[in-house]
Amino acid sequence: MSIWKYANPKQFMHSTAWLVPLFSYAAAGFIAVGLIWGFFFTPDDFRQGSTVKIIYLHVPSALMAINAWFMMLVASLIWLIRRHHVSALAARAAAPIGVVMTLIALFTGAVWGEPMWGTWWAWDPRLTSFLILFLFYLGYIALWQAIETQDVAADLTSILCLVGSVFAVLSRYAVNFWNQGLHQGTSVPVATGGRTVDDVFFVPLVISMIGFGLLFVALVLLRTRTEIRHRRLHALLARERAAQ
Amino acid sequence: MPDLGKYAEAVLSAYAVSLILIAAIVALSVWRSRAIKRQLAEVEARVATTPARSSEKTQDA
Repeated sequence: MSIWKYANPKQFMHSTAWLVPLFSYAAAGFIAVGLIWGFFFTPDDFRQGSTVKIIYLHVPSALMAINAWFMMLVASLIWLIRRHHVSALAARAAAPIGVVMTLIALFTGAVWGEPMWGTWWAWDPRLTSFLILFLFYLGYIALWQAIETQDVAADLTSILCLVGSVFAVLSRYAVNFWNQGLHQGTSVPVATGGRTVDDVFFVPLVISMIGFGLLFVALVLLRTRTEIRHRRLHALLARERAAQ
Repeated sequence: MPDLGKYAEAVLSAYAVSLILIAAIVALSVWRSRAIKRQLAEVEARVATTPARSSEKTQDA
């Protein structure tokens, strides 16, 4: 069975109806366990004190901020190459979630940075590329809102998404490209291994990361379904107007 | 409640703002989903009960 069958809005709606509650409950469970465990049942770090508890929000949200853009990139490429409307609508649906994740990452980073670095903000490569990614998210949403013809909006926002991907990559790898700035490299390198976080912090962190990932999937599915319905609503209203 | 010491303000504000933002995007998504679903159901019901233009013309003729 081909994955392209989900490009059919009817098939997508049928297939995802049961997935939304499933992912929602799973996300709520994982986030609750991860955050409660991290906040109440982990010790202070010997150097960072209780601010280490911010990691359970900062790392998962930053991860999802970047991954949301990559999901939008894949969906945009599918739209540009294969012209499947569901993929364009899925990319549109993901953008506000990405904004929220980026905002959480920026805010928690600032309140964590102030006591640790002595400043809320620095024009550090990773912080700056993250801020630009946030602005790209806002621009992406604004472009969808500004253009009435949906296919044209999908084309232009897809191009914007391709350009913004540079900053999504920079957000993740900036500390490797430029060996300067305040922000440290990743403490949980998935590909290379050799993490620097102790198990006592790592386990609730992973649970929280899984929770944020599940939340993202649940919200993207819910919002994509809404966009599909919205599109059908517009089509029906236009047909009604034409018939009068 | 764990003793957060001198960093209590930073930690609590990080949690408060993050949870508010997450709750806001969830609430907004659910609210919009329900609103669009309701509107679509109304329009679909209206369209189903309204005769098509072509059949109206046929009847007029």
